[in-house]
Amino acid sequence: MAERTMAQALNAALAEALEDPSVMLLGEDVGTTGGVFRVTDGLQKRFGSDRVVDTPVAESGIVGAAFGLAVAGMKPIAEMQFMGFSYPAYDQIVNHVSRIRNRSRHRFTAPLVIRIPYGGGIGAAEHHSESLEAIYAHVPGLKVVVPSRPIDAKGLLTAAIADPDPVIFLEPIRAYRAVKEEVPDEVYETPIGVASIERVGSDVTLIAYGAMMKETRQAAELLAANGVDAEVIDLRTLVPLDTETILASVEHTGRVVAIHEAPRTAGFGAEIAAVVAEKALYSLKSPIARVTGWDIVVPLRRAEKHYTPGVDRIVNVAMRTMEA
Amino acid sequence: MQHETLQILSEGGTLVGEPPITIQRTRELYEAMVIGRVYDRKCTAMQKQGRLATYAPFEGQEACQIGAVAPLNNDDWVVATYRDAAAMWFAGYPMVNLILGRTGDERGGNTPDGINVLPPSITVGGHMIHAVGTAWADKLQSSGRVSLTMFGDGATSEGDFHEAMNFAGVFATPTVFFCQNNGWAISLPFERQTAAASLVDKAVGYGMPGIKVDGNDLLAVVSATTQAVDAARAGEGPTFIEAMTYRVGPHTTADDPGRYRTEDLTTTWRDRDPIDRVRRYLEGNDAWDATWENDVADTASAKVEDAVAEAEALEPLSGKEIFSAMFAQPTQPLIDQQGMLARDS
Repeated sequence: MAERTMAQALNAALAEALEDPSVMLLGEDVGTTGGVFRVTDGLQKRFGSDRVVDTPVAESGIVGAAFGLAVAGMKPIAEMQFMGFSYPAYDQIVNHVSRIRNRSRHRFTAPLVIRIPYGGGIGAAEHHSESLEAIYAHVPGLKVVVPSRPIDAKGLLTAAIADPDPVIFLEPIRAYRAVKEEVPDEVYETPIGVASIERVGSDVTLIAYGAMMKETRQAAELLAANGVDAEVIDLRTLVPLDTETILASVEHTGRVVAIHEAPRTAGFGAEIAAVVAEKALYSLKSPIARVTGWDIVVPLRRAEKHYTPGVDRIVNVAMRTMEA
Repeated sequence: MQHETLQILSEGGTLVGEPPITIQRTRELYEAMVIGRVYDRKCTAMQKQGRLATYAPFEGQEACQIGAVAPLNNDDWVVATYRDAAAMWFAGYPMVNLILGRTGDERGGNTPDGINVLPPSITVGGHMIHAVGTAWADKLQSSGRVSLTMFGDGATSEGDFHEAMNFAGVFATPTVFFCQNNGWAISLPFERQTAAASLVDKAVGYGMPGIKVDGNDLLAVVSATTQAVDAARAGEGPTFIEAMTYRVGPHTTADDPGRYRTEDLTTTWRDRDPIDRVRRYLEGNDAWDATWENDVADTASAKVEDAVAEAEALEPLSGKEIFSAMFAQPTQPLIDQQGMLARDS
């Protein structure tokens, strides 16, 4: 065991995966420089430039080539530099990557992983703070995974690479180096499709994922200081969604707050709300609440704080559910 | 820049260059072209009878389709489009699968193991890069396979054409880009598709050789693709081929070419029919007679009718089965939704 950041944990998972000669990494600047976030640092030196490939600047080309590589038996891991740069690849993802298994009724498959750093909080330029995970979660045939902490990042990435189907692997940018935790040195998988109950509580269920877990955990502690016992769920996977864990929690707390930094309308919180309304309405003691980003372009650095949900907003909304 | 158009058979069917294949092989390819045309006309007829979904005919492009595939090995990759049925079939994609796909059934894409022909791409242009990926995998695995991708002049306007050509050039993948310049992208003529005099000129921008070929000349197409396939297999990287041909039919059965072009041009191209040209050549070499022609026609009809019967005999996918190929194992949400469909309908 060693203390690792999420970036280091992801690097370790990639290094372990590359021991399999069919695994390869491709993306912009992933080789010589180790990626703009240094997640692939040192891997090209260790595994060679045929296996860790610096590609031309062409996101659709990267994913389209990865698709062909996967169909022909390789196990490619493609990196999009930022979510805001992944949209040129959306056609490949939606029209080909997610569909080839169905189009060929299992004859051809594209078991590739597309790593996409997402989310704000680093004060970067426009297009660098996007959190549009719902556009991937909405596409049939994709799995969508979002780790929030180093130990899950390594296990989920290993599981994503081993998965026989395409996985969109979202990496919360501001969590890359935010915390260190003990991460096992051996190879292990954190199962896709299983949420984690991080804190057991009886009054209200806080549901979040990715970078927003930090504020959510802090909010739970503040709520506890105010006499509210929050249960905290880290979804870890958006698709397939672990509805069982969500419903079991809401059934005993009777209150739910869905939290994400993505825009509100048709954001993933809407899906959580729908699942709870359909299956656990009669357990609810107060209306379902959402704490989200707004339906606006993520403000640039100087005003970004008004956009991203903070601990205060989560606490205030959770407290309001207690009033009902 | 001026590329000469490679021609080996004149329109009259006489040799103007060195034939790349024997007379016997030419007879085999002639038969394949005829089978392709019978299939094509059958599908158009079936669509009019409501037995097929929209169909995109390739009449007039048989020399391109059979000639492009002729030099391939059985396990090479073919990544083609909705208009390339003859090429896909000749590369090993069973005819019943082609027809099944056009009847509106995903099982058309479920081809036998070992046949590396992807189901046809329906969106324009996104598939060419796939043949860069498959070729790249083969290069890394030293399998000796090559990848052929087929597309039309319209697809060269898509951004993905650029990315595919650029990746193939940079990574020197064993990919053959085969463009059937058939003059029309639905209603848009070639002159409005590009300001370039010739598509083949684009090859130089990606650091790869380009060959312009008479696409209605079977022997010229075979010669060009053989050269490209041999180079790819020898590790010399990709080649771009522009085959000049003509879509004498509509874009699809839903299209009315009368809205955008006159019959004169189509008639001119009908006179350049690629099958007639080979027939004249074979006849001139005492390798064609009416009896054989009838045999070929009968074989073609039987083959197509058998495939149609087999495809139409298959029961449609059930409500349960439509969920079963999204993932290797259905996820819980899909199992739940399958239950809802059964419960509520």
